[in-house]
Amino acid sequence: MLFYRLYKDEKGRKVGFLQGNEACVEAAIIAGVRFFAGYPITPSSEIAAVASEKLPAYGGKFIQMEDEISAMAACIGASMTGVKVMTATSGPGFSLKQENIGYAALNEVPCVIVNVQRAGPSTGLPTQISQGDVMQARWGTHGDHPIIVLSPSSVEEVVEFTIEAVNLSEKYRNPVILLMDETVAHMRERVTLPLESEVTLINRKSPEVPPHEYKPFQATSDDIPAFAPFGSGYRYNITGLIHDESGFPTTNTEEVVMLLERIHRKIYNNLNDIVKVKKFNIEDADMVLISFGSTVRGCLGAMEIARAQGIKLGVLQLVTIWPFPEKVIEELVEKVKKVFVVELNMGQLIFEVQRASKGKGKIFGINKYNGWSITPQEILKKVMEL
Amino acid sequence: MKDVIHKYLRPKKKFPHVWCPGCGNGIILGAVARAVDSIGLSKDEVVLVSGIGCSSRAPVYLDFASLHGTHGRALAFATGIKFANPELTVIVLSGDGDGLAIGGNHFIHACRRNIDLTLIIFNNNIYGMTGGQYSPTMSTGAYGATAPYGNIERPFDVCSLAASAGANFVARATVSHVFLLEKYIKQGILKKGFSVIDAVTPCPSIYSFFNKTGNAVMMMKALREKAVMLERVAAEPDENLKDKIVMGIFADRNYKEYTQAYNELIEKAKRSKKDEEPL
Repeated sequence: MLFYRLYKDEKGRKVGFLQGNEACVEAAIIAGVRFFAGYPITPSSEIAAVASEKLPAYGGKFIQMEDEISAMAACIGASMTGVKVMTATSGPGFSLKQENIGYAALNEVPCVIVNVQRAGPSTGLPTQISQGDVMQARWGTHGDHPIIVLSPSSVEEVVEFTIEAVNLSEKYRNPVILLMDETVAHMRERVTLPLESEVTLINRKSPEVPPHEYKPFQATSDDIPAFAPFGSGYRYNITGLIHDESGFPTTNTEEVVMLLERIHRKIYNNLNDIVKVKKFNIEDADMVLISFGSTVRGCLGAMEIARAQGIKLGVLQLVTIWPFPEKVIEELVEKVKKVFVVELNMGQLIFEVQRASKGKGKIFGINKYNGWSITPQEILKKVMEL
Repeated sequence: MKDVIHKYLRPKKKFPHVWCPGCGNGIILGAVARAVDSIGLSKDEVVLVSGIGCSSRAPVYLDFASLHGTHGRALAFATGIKFANPELTVIVLSGDGDGLAIGGNHFIHACRRNIDLTLIIFNNNIYGMTGGQYSPTMSTGAYGATAPYGNIERPFDVCSLAASAGANFVARATVSHVFLLEKYIKQGILKKGFSVIDAVTPCPSIYSFFNKTGNAVMMMKALREKAVMLERVAAEPDENLKDKIVMGIFADRNYKEYTQAYNELIEKAKRSKKDEEPL
């Protein structure tokens, strides 16, 4: 059952008063997602519910699996047939999905994982906000692996970043995590959904060679191998074992290193394309709040109040959390007197800011971890204290 | 028979295989290839999916699209493949540990969902690859690396579990009865709905090391001696069958298959068009 209606604006775009979770599905459909496998978990459940209603109407598929692990596995299996896939979960379920997220990273299987963060650890505060999965999103699965993580701060950005997440996963053949939080997921805002003609959609590239010449993990000039769907006449093996270019297990030391370096290179050689930030009043700022997700809204509020009082406060929103926007941070800390890392956890992103700053600048954490959002006043108070 | 197997091996053969001399896994693999061949499926229509363990290395050797997944999740990966593209024939090769312990939840739910997959359990009653730990099909009293005093747990009966969980086709044969095994695999592939073939196979290196069951020939002979057909023993009480391997077809029915049911759901959803006409 849907709890929102869509209306049309003068250009024929769909407009509605949507929750982040609802908007995520609408955007995924625009992005071409036609397969969703999930498992019920608060506060992401609306994503699955809307997907179950909407996807089949577009000829897509929805399946509620028996657990979080199998939902991730089913998405990977489906993606191997060439369809764009998505799953959604929250902290505990995100933990369970991790092994198979690693499988997708190693086998370069495009997929989008939405993680609506709630307070942890463990079952935590299921209905309340937290941003405690910054590090789990990066390092949740074992072994060295590349990952892309985007974090929206509004329902409008949920639409924008969901489409971006699908595109990045297709382009780079890598799992992409849309790191939402409970506030963004559940609040309603007016959004305008773009027409298909208004968005650029990216599809994984197809092989240019016949099946007998095809190697599923062959390094090309951009390090991104061409993808042949299962059932298309290209018969090959994929495995969670370290594999050679043909997809078969190998322990050859050169092949091991070649594979691991290539899957990292394909992401880290393209940081200019992948990594995005939004800057608010940075140019003349003395102090800057660095944040992500719904917490950015509190920061923007704090900035407005501060500016009205003549305090030159700016905000840096990290759209991409991983790969971490190191360059931007390094340049920023040299320019301003103080930076504050605002996050709803006991301090996770701040370690990355410190690392990227290379010992320069004054960096302070503004943290809240009681299950509630942080207000502009709370942020400003801390800024004045520190 | 030799020609059939060669037709289905990878063009660049991946030999030597990982299995020990005398292992029954290759016999099951051969039966899969011959079953596919006798149905007349093209290589491009078939996808093999496996998990982790000795059995799960099988897809590497055959010339099909294949996914060697994570431990226990073969059925979950396979569900995604089949659901996304129901045109494909998806065969899942799993072991008793992979498919019934760590993957036990997926096993019962695949049966319940009755999705058109064919699961072949390479059932050797032990974790071979990790060195002989007791599996969910090991008999009570048998020995393993983690059962030095004898296994106190009771084994699953794979077939009655699958049948009661809702699979459309359930059968058991041993690798000592290879024609019967091949026949059941073929029936399983042809059946619309979820099929389970419990393929009982000896582990003459690891299982035998702990249980002194002799070499491969002795273990193959033992399978022949222990095997009885379901029809002949249907009236026998369970305790008389404790040391027997009951072969036969335990379920053969036509409950509605999942992807078919979903296609009907798609038509229903398209007709309702809830979203397509914004106000």
